Amino acid sequence: MVPITTIHYLVVAAALFVLGVIGVLTRRNVVIVLMSIELILNAVNLNLVAFSRMWGGLQGQVFSIFIVVDAAAEAAVGLGILIAFFRNKETINVDEIDLLKW
Amino acid sequence: MTPVATPFFFYLLSGLAIAGGLLVITRRNAVHSALALIVTLLAVAGLYLMLYAPFVAGVQIIVYAGGIMVLFLFVIMLVSLERTIKERQFNRMWPVGLFAACALLALFMSVFAKGRALFPDRVPPPPEASNTQQIGVMLYGNYMFAFEIASLLLLVAILGAVIMAKKRI
Repeated sequence: MVPITTIHYLVVAAALFVLGVIGVLTRRNVVIVLMSIELILNAVNLNLVAFSRMWGGLQGQVFSIFIVVDAAAEAAVGLGILIAFFRNKETINVDEIDLLKW
Repeated sequence: MTPVATPFFFYLLSGLAIAGGLLVITRRNAVHSALALIVTLLAVAGLYLMLYAPFVAGVQIIVYAGGIMVLFLFVIMLVSLERTIKERQFNRMWPVGLFAACALLALFMSVFAKGRALFPDRVPPPPEASNTQQIGVMLYGNYMFAFEIASLLLLVAILGAVIMAKKRI
């Protein structure tokens, strides 16, 4: 069988990234849009770790830990905003969140 | 120690990850999406283990699958509406979004096909030293400043989330 090299991991990460982009662009439920953003961040992390394996250094892994920190912060603030919005408007559909549109 | 059956586990884990991702973006019920996302996260943690990154795999399982997903499930419980499941799941512009995402995938694949020569075909030898210790040394050495900024970012995120979710400030 073909040995698994960096490019295989990159293709998997690209597929996960595109799935996340499809989720962000097409779903209406805000919670699922936030989950798709988590998918995108995971794809980026997979790329970083694969490159760190390719070059033999650990910088990629350290960066991926920082990205996990970012993902945690983003999820907390995003879900907080979602709860505040749900309390006021009783909806979680992206296309009904249009207070700023006149 | 030589790895065993690497291609098999790679294809198994990446298939699980992509299948989970597909379920995340297609399920009607947000709880099912969250469970599929947990499958994806665990499969990606397995891929990290195959890449000799056990610390990142542990962080992935503890922080993502343990922390962030519990947060998601709580919020799904708080904002769940029966009518959300019954109504349309995709917005009106979904063909445009799908087309844009497929164009992005085609771009990635063409870049990978053109830059194929840049990536080495042989597998690098597995690292010898202990991964967690080296990452700790780097985090508290070279990346000290970034580490402190990350802690500040988490503090700001905690404050922001509490203030956003509070009924009255």
